[in-house]
Amino acid sequence: MEVRILSIVVFTPIVFGIALFFFPAERHREIRIFALAGATVALLLSLWAYFTYDQVIGGYQLVERYSWVPRLGISYHVGVDGMNAPLVLLTGIVMFTGVLVSWGIDDRPREFFGFLFILATGVFGVFVSLDLFQLFFFYEIAVFPMYLLIAIWGWKVTREYAAMKLTLYLFIGSLIAIVGGLAMYFASGAHSFSLFALEQASFSVEFQRFWFPFVFFGFAVLGGIFPVHNWSPDGHVAAPTAVSMFHAGVLMKVGAFAALRVGIMLLPEGAKFWAPLVLGLATVNVVYGAFIASIQTDFKYVIGFSSVSHMGLVILGFATLNLDGITGAGIQMFSHGVMTALFFAVVGMVYDRAHTREIPKLGGFFKAMPLVGIAFIIGGLVSMGMPGFSGFIAEFPIFMGLWQSQPIVAILAAISIVITAGYIMRVIGRVFFGEMPEEFIGKITPINNFDKIALVILSGVLLLIGVYPTIIAPLVESGARAVLALVGGA
Amino acid sequence: MAFLQAHLLTLILFSPVAGAVLLLLIPRERLQTIRWAALLVSLIPFGLALWLWFTYQPGVEGYQFVEQAIWYEAIGSSYHLGVDGISVPMVMLTTLLTPLAILISWSIEENVRSYMALFLLLETGMLGVFMSLDLLIFFVFWEIGLIPMYFLINQWGSENREYASFKFLIYTMAGSLGLLLAIQMIGVASGTFDLIAITEQWPTLNQSLTLFGLPITLAIGTVKKIAFWAFVVAFAIKVPVWPFHTWLPDAHTEAPTAGSMILAGVLLKLGAYGFLRLVLPLYPVEAKYFAGVLGFLAVLAIVLGAFASWGQDDFKRLVAYSSVNHMGFVVLGIAAAAFAQGTMQADDAVIAINGAVLQMFNHGLSAAGMFLLVGVIYDRAHTRDLNKLGGLFPVAPIYGGILIFTAMASLGLPGLNGFVSEFLVVRGSWPIFTLYTALSMLGLLITGAYILKGIAKVLHGPLNEKFLGQKMEINRREIIAMAPLMLLMLLIGVWPAWILNVINQTVKLLFG
Amino acid sequence: MSIASFEPTTLLSVLPEILLLALAAIILVVDLASKRSRGLLLAWLTALGLTGIIIITLLYGQPGENDVLIFGGMLRHDWMAFAFKVLFLFAAAMTALLSIDVEGVADRGEYYALLVVATLGMSLMVSSADMIMLFLAIETTSIPLYVLAGFMKGDDKSTESGLKYFLFGALTSAVMLYGFSLLYGFSGDTNIYRLSEAMHAGAVSTWLIGGMAVLVLVGFSFKISAAPFQFWAPDVYEGAPTPITTFISTASKAAGFAVLLRFMLAVFPAIEAEWVTLLAIIAAVTMTVGNLLAIPQTNIKRLLAYSSIAHAGYALIGLVALSSFGTASVIFYLIGYVVTNIAAFGVVILFARSAGSDEIVDYAGLSRRSPGLALVLLVALLSLGGMPPLAGFVAKFYVFAAAVESGWIWLAFVGVLNAIIGLYYYMTILKVVYLYRSEDEDKPIAIPRSYALVLVICVIAILAIGTLSAPWLDWSIKSALSLF
Repeated sequence: MEVRILSIVVFTPIVFGIALFFFPAERHREIRIFALAGATVALLLSLWAYFTYDQVIGGYQLVERYSWVPRLGISYHVGVDGMNAPLVLLTGIVMFTGVLVSWGIDDRPREFFGFLFILATGVFGVFVSLDLFQLFFFYEIAVFPMYLLIAIWGWKVTREYAAMKLTLYLFIGSLIAIVGGLAMYFASGAHSFSLFALEQASFSVEFQRFWFPFVFFGFAVLGGIFPVHNWSPDGHVAAPTAVSMFHAGVLMKVGAFAALRVGIMLLPEGAKFWAPLVLGLATVNVVYGAFIASIQTDFKYVIGFSSVSHMGLVILGFATLNLDGITGAGIQMFSHGVMTALFFAVVGMVYDRAHTREIPKLGGFFKAMPLVGIAFIIGGLVSMGMPGFSGFIAEFPIFMGLWQSQPIVAILAAISIVITAGYIMRVIGRVFFGEMPEEFIGKITPINNFDKIALVILSGVLLLIGVYPTIIAPLVESGARAVLALVGGA
Repeated sequence: MAFLQAHLLTLILFSPVAGAVLLLLIPRERLQTIRWAALLVSLIPFGLALWLWFTYQPGVEGYQFVEQAIWYEAIGSSYHLGVDGISVPMVMLTTLLTPLAILISWSIEENVRSYMALFLLLETGMLGVFMSLDLLIFFVFWEIGLIPMYFLINQWGSENREYASFKFLIYTMAGSLGLLLAIQMIGVASGTFDLIAITEQWPTLNQSLTLFGLPITLAIGTVKKIAFWAFVVAFAIKVPVWPFHTWLPDAHTEAPTAGSMILAGVLLKLGAYGFLRLVLPLYPVEAKYFAGVLGFLAVLAIVLGAFASWGQDDFKRLVAYSSVNHMGFVVLGIAAAAFAQGTMQADDAVIAINGAVLQMFNHGLSAAGMFLLVGVIYDRAHTRDLNKLGGLFPVAPIYGGILIFTAMASLGLPGLNGFVSEFLVVRGSWPIFTLYTALSMLGLLITGAYILKGIAKVLHGPLNEKFLGQKMEINRREIIAMAPLMLLMLLIGVWPAWILNVINQTVKLLFG
Repeated sequence: MSIASFEPTTLLSVLPEILLLALAAIILVVDLASKRSRGLLLAWLTALGLTGIIIITLLYGQPGENDVLIFGGMLRHDWMAFAFKVLFLFAAAMTALLSIDVEGVADRGEYYALLVVATLGMSLMVSSADMIMLFLAIETTSIPLYVLAGFMKGDDKSTESGLKYFLFGALTSAVMLYGFSLLYGFSGDTNIYRLSEAMHAGAVSTWLIGGMAVLVLVGFSFKISAAPFQFWAPDVYEGAPTPITTFISTASKAAGFAVLLRFMLAVFPAIEAEWVTLLAIIAAVTMTVGNLLAIPQTNIKRLLAYSSIAHAGYALIGLVALSSFGTASVIFYLIGYVVTNIAAFGVVILFARSAGSDEIVDYAGLSRRSPGLALVLLVALLSLGGMPPLAGFVAKFYVFAAAVESGWIWLAFVGVLNAIIGLYYYMTILKVVYLYRSEDEDKPIAIPRSYALVLVICVIAILAIGTLSAPWLDWSIKSALSLF
């Protein structure tokens, strides 16, 4: 039997995390190094999983299955396909760069990395799950540590409120989805929680139409769909840097992905019936998110609302229920994940030195932190969908899918691109160029090597996909085809 | 050698970017090293373009030096390059102007490294547009040209640069949006983004675009119309066609000298190129239908642009409006051709387009030259106000001579390049759009007026005391930068065949 | 089922009870015999004794293929009784260990003896097949518990707790006994398993049966602290010595559930639809009341009291499902709940020993004072909240699954919403523990080995039940099947 890559990927973080709790609390250096080692292992394995996927064979690969609670047909069942392999890699990348960027955490780093790693295991687990119970199991594991991470290490002004709001919202969503999942399990008569079995079960059209909203919107809460999105900006802003990177970069993708995997793939008739509503709400996400982002004065809130807007594009892509849209959404999950991780890393670096995030109070940071400035500009260009970067590669097929589905939405969403360009350029101009206020002159320490590595990795990935989309597009497309086969659409 | 032949376009296209990356390795304080390195790097694509020019075979149907590679198969787009008689001169223009622009930027002191790298990046963007045979790649390079220009204006421009750069960005992005939507629609309708494939199937495409979930379908006619207008708006903003031109005066004026050179010299041509490459071949019917409107707008550009120029007090703004005026001739030629291609008057259409394309090249030379010269004066006098300048001829005779020469080319003096292209446009459009052509003659008259005004105010009259004792003369480096431009202006003026032949062979095949 | 004649094997089925009686006697003797400080000795004696009984029961006490009525139909030896007995013994052993060093109770031999006797009573409760036996068993359980609740004579709160518990319990028992007497009157039999047929034969009207069911439910609801008979719980939990609170909230509640399950399923199949609806409403109200009232609490014992009221509500959902899977889910829920609550209260006891307070605000900075203890509390509260990979998640999942399977969708949603509310106040406690600072941060919390043992066992159990729930689920299903 070959090496069980996926299980190792899934459990490495939590094993390292629990091991961390045995370190003496004061040995900060050893704790950080150990955490970095764990993140490195996870990253390397996720790279392996990504690049060894054979697109010619297709389907699910690196599959493992063990009986878990046979009485109920629950098994531990994992596998990668075109849709989740990029997300596994994304998690590895964000985890690695997140640890790098958190080198400076001084208050109980042991607990910080421990909880962060528990979160990472949850995320990995959801992405590779092929059993519905298992998916719920890891989903909740992925949500809870956010509470502690934000409440303890977050921004003092709003952290308690934001952490509680975030956790409660996400839980309500997931528990509602669980009820839907249970309904599916019992209605299928298959006596199995395996996603394959549930895919084959032919639920009646009324059943699908009734339960789809519960399942889809329950998960899409984590994806940030309007109107249950407002846990997200507060959560983003209150969280410490690495947690924001994880939250916006990976966690929101967990929500969207689960909505796809459980909602769309298992209840396709329901998906078709509700698609117009989903399209509508996601359009609001995209446009409204962009508008609100453009009027923010707090640097981090701009990014936070921008995430709401971009996740809207992902959901739009899914809701088109055609090959282009779903492919685009899959690429956008990866691209936006890396981009927003980059953004938050930059914001964190600026805030750590300036101790303010108010845009009017900042300025001229490019001279002091050129690499940071360039990284942010790259992120900004991705966010605008500028060709040459991954954002364009992702957004283009989504728009093509929208044209085939609802052209009006395409036009509205396109408007948001202009708004996005506007506020991104404005923020770049205000924060990085112009005159540096006196209180900062001479006080901006340069970033350390770990920060630089993180920025280079994240920017590099965005650029790489932009010029060489073949590295991701065919893979995602093969996954999208599998989704479409279930939906029975074009 | 075979490698060179097989990948010539890719080499030309990416050598600037590669050079930019190398530049970034030079420590930022070593200004002279950076400047010379940038110059040398920019001469590489120029050298390769010369090779391209001399090995290009005019009159052969189709595209030459074609290269194709897998890029984004999932949506039907590939990396596809190729040139023909319209794009080769544009490539030459771009690769010629960039080294000159770099040469003129010796006076930039701040962030030289970033400045030079941005220029090279910009060059790649522009070259990519001219060379691409795939709509998506076209769009990618179109956009790539945007951001460097934004930063060049925003960081190294004059007092009003924030406003000007932002306006430039928003206008052009709005146009790009239309471009994007149109390209998407075409892609979806045709199933591919390859220009050659699309050109073949497009006129006969009658499969409707189905709309998901709605009981109606978008008729292919509607799809085509929407795409047509989206294209037109996008390119009209870039050219610029009146009334989409209002970004131009600010952007040109506030940009640093070299930026204005490239902006006026090459970037505006992207829009016109778009008309020629995409709008006319794909939409002959619609283009013909609306050619009259386009022609009218062209005339407005010519006439009003000239008047606006005449009324300026800012030397640079005067030159900026002159671009509107000159590009108007390009648009007039295109409009005439749109109306007459494939008809009885096809020959006139061919002449008109020949004129338009040549005008694109010529204007590139003369606009770049004029902006360069404005920059020379600004560097020394620190003002562009025509009322404050004056009487420079005695103190800077060489400069004066060069200025007069270039201005005459811009004016359309016979013997210099401007005359040839403007004559061709007029000759070609007269049988087709007689009234418009006549009106544009009025524009020519005013052109003379503003050119002479400019020269007079700068060179003649009393000398401002501020400048007494200052060294106002043009220096050797700047002369070297002007030299190729002047040479070409003269060459084309007296013997245009060497370039007209290249253009004409292709135009005949495409529009005859 | 057959009524087995008296055979030696019959003794095996009551082996746990016999041993418990013996253990109680031994404890009293040892207490009289030894002079010096005996707390440690007695506690370990009790714990080890109980552990021994667990092992013997597991080895020898397993029921056979068929469920057998023994002792003239007084007791029923089946899987459900077996499973619950082991659970009670476990809870009692843990309680004994947690009682070491607790002031006022630790070195009193009667304390441990009463604990064992209460366990004996529960053991009989869960296997009772006869109403009289059942009542006797309930009283055998309750009276020691009343005394134990009020054990700390000098403490007003403890005395109040004991008295309240006694009065409330006695009242509800009386009502229940009245119900039993009516049942006897209408059927002429005291054996639970024959009541149903007997009543049918006598053609008793549905209304009457319903009335008797309600009366009986009064007593059971009290035991499990379900609405509207939950009022005693917060005060009793708060006032009683915390180890006893632990015991009452876990074993006693579980015993009440066991009786409820057995009795309702066996005696009232005729009016199933009605009492199931009634229970559904009770469950919904119980959950909601428990969770909502927990939010404003400042005393952790009271909060955990309201929390356990809510958990009774969640468990009831499984019974409402009225399927073998549903009943199994109740049993599974209780297993998970018992280990979790022991862990939670264990932390409370330890904290009170060192810091002398049960107020939540005083828990501030616990994560720095004692990271290990904070972690145990984290695990326990998250399990109560229903978080994977802990027992509480799987328990809630199964209970909600049972509800959905039987079509009680609205009840599942009520459960879900309540779970959210529960999470809210659990997280608030964790916030205090992990986020807030206090000046006492450098004063460590003493954790004697016995307590550490209990906490470690419980945490491992919580994780094991949560991640590898299959064996426990099988155990529960087997138990449930013996009722169907």
